[in-house]
Amino acid sequence: MAKKNGKIAANKKKTLMLLSMVLPGTLWLFLFRYVPIFGIVMAFQNYKIVKPQKVTILGHTFKLNNYVSNLLSSDFVGFKNFEFLFKAPTTKVMIRNTLGYNVLFILLGLVISVAFAIMLNELTSKLTAKTYQTLMFFPYFLSWVVASYFVTGFLDPTRGIIPNMMRNHGWQVIDFYNTSKPWPFILTLSNVWKQTGYSTILYLAAITGIDTSQYEAASIDGASKWQQIKYVTIPHLKTMIIILFIMNVGKIFNSDFGLFYNVPNNSGLIKDVTETIDTYVYNAIGGTGGNFSMTAAAGLMQNLIGFICIMIANTIVRKVDEDSALF
Amino acid sequence: MAEIALNQKRRRINAVSIPAEVAINIVMILFCALCIVPFILVIIISFSAEDSIRAIGYSFLPQAWSVAAYEYAFKLGDALWRSYFNSFYITVLGTILSLIVYILYSYALSRKDFKYRNLFTFINFFVMLFGGGLVPTYCVTKQLLGLSDSYWAIIIPMLLNPFNVIVLRTFFQSSVPDELIEAASIDGSGEYNTLFKIVVPVAKPGIATIGLLTAIAYWNEWFIPKLYISASDKLHVPLQYLLMKMQADAEYIAKNSAAMGAEAGMAMMNLPTQSLRMVLVVLVVFPIACAYPFFQRYIISGLTIGSVKG
Repeated sequence: MAKKNGKIAANKKKTLMLLSMVLPGTLWLFLFRYVPIFGIVMAFQNYKIVKPQKVTILGHTFKLNNYVSNLLSSDFVGFKNFEFLFKAPTTKVMIRNTLGYNVLFILLGLVISVAFAIMLNELTSKLTAKTYQTLMFFPYFLSWVVASYFVTGFLDPTRGIIPNMMRNHGWQVIDFYNTSKPWPFILTLSNVWKQTGYSTILYLAAITGIDTSQYEAASIDGASKWQQIKYVTIPHLKTMIIILFIMNVGKIFNSDFGLFYNVPNNSGLIKDVTETIDTYVYNAIGGTGGNFSMTAAAGLMQNLIGFICIMIANTIVRKVDEDSALF
Repeated sequence: MAEIALNQKRRRINAVSIPAEVAINIVMILFCALCIVPFILVIIISFSAEDSIRAIGYSFLPQAWSVAAYEYAFKLGDALWRSYFNSFYITVLGTILSLIVYILYSYALSRKDFKYRNLFTFINFFVMLFGGGLVPTYCVTKQLLGLSDSYWAIIIPMLLNPFNVIVLRTFFQSSVPDELIEAASIDGSGEYNTLFKIVVPVAKPGIATIGLLTAIAYWNEWFIPKLYISASDKLHVPLQYLLMKMQADAEYIAKNSAAMGAEAGMAMMNLPTQSLRMVLVVLVVFPIACAYPFFQRYIISGLTIGSVKG
């Protein structure tokens, strides 16, 4: 009996200890991830910034926190913010851009990285392969702010290499930061530049994990290189492709803010091809006279649709291949 | 004939044909060039004489070389070195704090005998799927919690990334055998003692991976400072954010140094603005460019663990 009680006490102590370990992380998640979820009420309000209010409870007067008093004194407007959002002409543009670029990036990212991973794997010299891998991984470690300077080096209207080359050849000089046309290409190239190394390495790791005897067997059976890629490599990459695909689809309404904000220098004249939901939301809170409620509404839409997308994608994957599902 | 046969023998069995391999090399060389040439250009600009930039613009072959921009950067000190210090400080402190939170949380989740394991796994996982969005998060951080214009305002909002928790938990599960923890417990080792004396040494590679990813994230961060460091706060600006301010206002650094002394004010008169900006880019990228070839091994192993589903 005493032994059993001792065991229960030990178990209790263990649980308490483990609970104390998750405490800091849980506290952080609660404050920075769960409390903001309640802040979504802003999307249904006409959010105003007011003077901090005071409340009296049981004879004690407390000064309310800024945010709390703003929330309490703002009027509820129902779905008005969403109506505004859907009516605004810029909304269509930013949704089109967000979705369009994402689809493009997902497809290109998949094709280029899988191709590069297969190529690297075929190289005879492993040292050469390693060198290529290291070099193409470099941009992944840089920020978009740094990348924006790199782009400036080439595109700056007065000193950039490309405008100068045009000038020297007597061609018409394109003012890149004020011309929409080239930006879908520039943004796509920038994205490929930064992300390819990362995903190539992911796929390459999966390819290196394939048993080489499978290739030898296929080769003895007379399978050409193409056939080997088609029937051995690609099927082995399926899980990885599916997992990355679900993750990307879940983020289809999100955009890489740094890419769309820093690389085009947040230039106003090319917004029709560079504005995404994220840059819109940021410009509204960072710029002057931003409308917090509208942007909260945009953010909520973004998160809800993202949530639905990832759920649907995961369900489909679960039906097709249960092991590949994310959860 | 014999020579060809010999050549083929030397190559791997089942290798691609030689023309194919040449083609692969060409593609790879072109892409790798694309990856590093922009940085080389920036280095060259930083060493270009301002006159050359004025005359022929940025170029891989400037008319004249100069270290003037570097000299100015070192003379103009204050704003620049302050930012350098800030970036290092935030990176080191942030990484240490993050790692402590990650290790504690992930370890508890990795323990199959933890009674509330599923609950806390879900709490961490859910925020990857749904969140309040930028505006409420901004309001909560700045207005409710009062985090702004301090190092904490940069460190705390990025203390935890749920994805890293999952990666580290998976690493603990796969690299630390349950028997090891059980044995320690039978020997009377307390939970914290077991974690830091036994589990952490075994799981070092996984912890190193998360630590490196976190350090890079802190070093490269510009968005959080942009949100929570106001324009009037000159003390807590990290390098990336300083660079961003200079993208909008080329003379930002000179203006802010000029306020510090007459000498710097003099220097501003003929400031090599263009190359100076690129000097800053070089200073930001240089530590990463030197270090990443050595630590990419850890990152790669981390990525491959991370791709194990949560």
